[in-house]
Amino acid sequence: MNVHDSHRADDRHRALERVMQQHRLRPDSLIEILHAAQRQFGWLDRDVLGLIAARLRLPPSLVYGVASFYHAFRLEPPGRHRCTVCTGTSCHLKGGSRLLQQLEQHFGIACGATAPDGSLTLENVRCLGACGLAPLIVIDDEACPHASFGPVVERLTASLDGEDTSP
Amino acid sequence: MPRLTLTINNRSVSARRGESILSAARRSGSDIPTLCNLGGLIPAGACRVCLVEVAGYPRPVPACATRAEQGMVVTTDTERLTAARRMIVELLLAERNHSCAVCVMNQHCQLQDLAARLGIDHVRFAFISPLAGVDISHERFGIDHNRCILCRRCVRVCDEIEGAHTWDVDGRGAASRIICDLAQPWGTSATCTGCGKCVQACPTGALFEKDAPTKKATIDMERLSEWRRSRK
Amino acid sequence: MKTPEPKNEKPTVCGGGLKISVCLGSPCLASGAEGVLRALREAWGEKPIAVIGTGCMGPCSRGPMIRIERDGYPTAYYERMTPQAACTTVAAYLAGAAPEQGRLAPDFPFIALQTRVVLEQCGRIDPCDLNSARAAGGYRALAHAIGKMTPEQICCEIGASGLRGRGGGGYPTGTKWELVRAASGRRKYVVANGDEGDPGAFMDRTLMESDPHRLLEGMAIAGYAVGARDGFIFVRGEYPLAAQRLGAAIVDAGKAGLLGRNILGSGFSFRIRLRIGAGAFVCGEETALMASVMGRRGQPVIRPPYPAQRGLWGSSTLINNVETFGCIAPIIRNGAAWFRSVGTPGNSGTKVFSISGDVATEGVLEVPLGTPLRELLAMAGGVSGGSFKAAQTGGASGGCIPASHMDVPVDYESLKGLGTIMGSGGLIVMNDQRCMTDVARFFMHFCQDESCGKCAPCRTGTQQAARLLDRIAAGEATSDDISQLEQLCRFMRETSLCGLGMAAPTPVLSTLRWFREEYENHVRDRRCPAGVCAMEGTPCRD
Ligand SMILES: Cc1cc2nc3c(=O)[nH]c(=O)nc-3n(C[C@H](O)[C@H](O)[C@H](O)COP(=O)(O)O)c2cc1C
Ligand code: SF4
Ligand code: SF4
Ligand code: SF4
Ligand code: FES
Ligand code: FES
Ligand code: FES
Repeated sequence: MNVHDSHRADDRHRALERVMQQHRLRPDSLIEILHAAQRQFGWLDRDVLGLIAARLRLPPSLVYGVASFYHAFRLEPPGRHRCTVCTGTSCHLKGGSRLLQQLEQHFGIACGATAPDGSLTLENVRCLGACGLAPLIVIDDEACPHASFGPVVERLTASLDGEDTSP
Repeated sequence: MPRLTLTINNRSVSARRGESILSAARRSGSDIPTLCNLGGLIPAGACRVCLVEVAGYPRPVPACATRAEQGMVVTTDTERLTAARRMIVELLLAERNHSCAVCVMNQHCQLQDLAARLGIDHVRFAFISPLAGVDISHERFGIDHNRCILCRRCVRVCDEIEGAHTWDVDGRGAASRIICDLAQPWGTSATCTGCGKCVQACPTGALFEKDAPTKKATIDMERLSEWRRSRK
Repeated sequence: MKTPEPKNEKPTVCGGGLKISVCLGSPCLASGAEGVLRALREAWGEKPIAVIGTGCMGPCSRGPMIRIERDGYPTAYYERMTPQAACTTVAAYLAGAAPEQGRLAPDFPFIALQTRVVLEQCGRIDPCDLNSARAAGGYRALAHAIGKMTPEQICCEIGASGLRGRGGGGYPTGTKWELVRAASGRRKYVVANGDEGDPGAFMDRTLMESDPHRLLEGMAIAGYAVGARDGFIFVRGEYPLAAQRLGAAIVDAGKAGLLGRNILGSGFSFRIRLRIGAGAFVCGEETALMASVMGRRGQPVIRPPYPAQRGLWGSSTLINNVETFGCIAPIIRNGAAWFRSVGTPGNSGTKVFSISGDVATEGVLEVPLGTPLRELLAMAGGVSGGSFKAAQTGGASGGCIPASHMDVPVDYESLKGLGTIMGSGGLIVMNDQRCMTDVARFFMHFCQDESCGKCAPCRTGTQQAARLLDRIAAGEATSDDISQLEQLCRFMRETSLCGLGMAAPTPVLSTLRWFREEYENHVRDRRCPAGVCAMEGTPCRD
């Protein structure tokens, strides 16, 4: 880790501490605080979970138990790009699940996993509440309505290729 | 102390206000099977083997977590209940890897006892056979997830009685696992006091004492929690 | 679209008399509505044309939607707008012609035949502007309630309206309010259940995004009626836009003295906080929801005690669905008798449905309770891609309605009679290309993923049932497997701890009831009649 990174890490810790103070270190704000921590760090590693447990005076296992219960919290670092396939009812009927399977095969990663080089995370969600656009896919926070395999792969490949790999 | 009367298996039983159906039934000689319940712990109503029928209720209710009420008419052993209990035990046996012959708890396991009591000689369901893992990093104890039925007695005893809250549950649904602290080896736990209560509380061979070839639940939780309440 | 009388709406058309509304609901945004709005604002934006962003107009699958209102012209809706098409359309309007390209017929049934009570202002007002909501009557009911009514009177009025919980169970709302009102205790809480975890349901999202003040107003009235000073809105984590608009609405309402301390100078204080869900369907269950609000794992606990007796932090707590709260202001404004005049006896008022799947128009529909299913389908333009096979109501906790029962009036009891439930209002239409076994399997996998894992029947039962359905879909099952599946399902329904496990078998039991033959085709003939299931060994997925 270079100096620049550790500064950023410090900033993030400060930001997290601020949020915890805003919640007055109340244990019942744990989920809010986990959301905030994930916004800062992108995921929740054990150090952060341990820190939150200590600050809120909660048992570490309780904090881990809460973080692991909810799908929104990541306990592993996500890839640089994210592809989320909706597998809600309408999207399933209109091919969402099949699309997910095809993507899994194409990129060689299972749903919920990240490519070994850290470029892409493939995941699913159970309905985004926009079923009229089924099948719906979200690539890096951008929705792709009525998605189909070819164009999605094209989009993803383009983002992966266009990645700035210089340090 | 205010008392009330109810009927359990055609017998009139008196109970304290606030007492569970389970405890009233046991006193009157009706033995309702249980797995997740342990006297002295807050009932979870999770395993559902203690389900009983109450006249007028649409569905069976867990005896361990349902209060006895004045005039209740309870039946603890119907065909429907036996079928349900059998189903639960079979499902639990299929969920992880219960090879009793090589288990530390063989002959002392509450799951095994219950299976025998219900006359279960085969399991209808596919064995899931997950790779559940064993953690023997603690110097005196070990946990074998293959034998865990997720009753959470360990979680509750460690939290409610010992006050350490070393255990909790990781994940959810069928992927749930009992975890120590931040999902770390038990031997590295910063919170465990080594009291052994969880081992005593575990109904199966999931939690065990390393140098004891077999174990038996001996601890008197009821007394322990009394003691803890008196300290508060 | 009709809104039952009485109603007084001031025309908001300004300047040269042209008002353009661009739908900024999240489906329309996903289809590019923001670009449309920007293009229109850049091109005109200033008077004499008012360009505003609104919430959902209804027919979401046709988005981006815009609406053009002009004095002397009928209101016109345009579908699938691009920035360019929108500008051309508006230019044509200015030149005095109403172009046909992309225009929905003036009597487009999806819009024209709705009866809007809860969604009255959705798609009409700017959800980010408190003044827009107030101009349309927002917070008038709150002022009336705290100014002129006692808490008892309010509970009574809600009871008399016959309003039943829209979260699925249909429990009488007035009774629930009265229970909480009468409960002792210094602190009480009001919670809006906006978890909407049922895949295929998006009514609550629509209301929260399109008219957030309606929810806040309903909650504040509830707070006054039951004696609570604190409210929580539990918003599903997958709905960031709803959370953002609600958050802004809370701040705005607070600044205007409509929320917070000493509301409208009455001495009544009510604070609302947002809680953002983190992705767990079971958190829609009220005891799990409360656990989650208190920062814990969303695991249900045994009831009784009910939340009204012992809820958040041990205090009496009122939990209602978002749409239930959406009904409150109109009831207070127009009276219980008016509300009862909509719908059918025992099922008063309207219900919002999110209709999707194989229909010509997918989106949000509000109709009086008791409207026949056939009529709902007709409003959505009929079945697309084939003939009608079934409609799933109540999502993963519900069942399907086959073609032979298309005339069923959609109300709590009639649906129950068909072995399904009203649920929260998700309605998924399936044509004859769909495989019902696959649908059942899909829902069982969903329930397996979403089971909290606390009670044995649901945790292990959904897992085994999903396996059995996998075998059926893969053409590997025997007829014993079907009967075992049926047994397992009945068992789960009877023994599970909470509603998730109890209802998880419903899709299976319901498809077995109406489409048993299809199961048998899979098992006996190793054939999927609809050609959906691959029939090539167990697809290993979890
Ligand atoms: C598994 C499960 C999921 C539920 N999901 C929701 C939901 O997403 N939204 C909701 O309002 N109610 C949901 N409910 C129903 C709630 O528990 C509760 O009954 C409802 O919020 C009460 O509000 P109401 O009386 O206004 O309907 C769910 C229930 C269960 C068992
Ligand atoms: S030994 Fe005692 S402190 Fe350690 S985990 Fe078990 S119950 Fe908790
Ligand atoms: S380890 Fe033992 S006590 Fe703990 S949940 Fe598993 S079976 Fe129950
Ligand atoms: S029924 Fe399912 S979701 Fe409900 S408590 Fe049991 S395991 Fe949890
Ligand atoms: S099912 Fe995909 S958005 Fe609803
Ligand atoms: S002993 Fe009662 S539910 Fe487990
Ligand atoms: S979101 Fe635009 S019409 Fe529904």
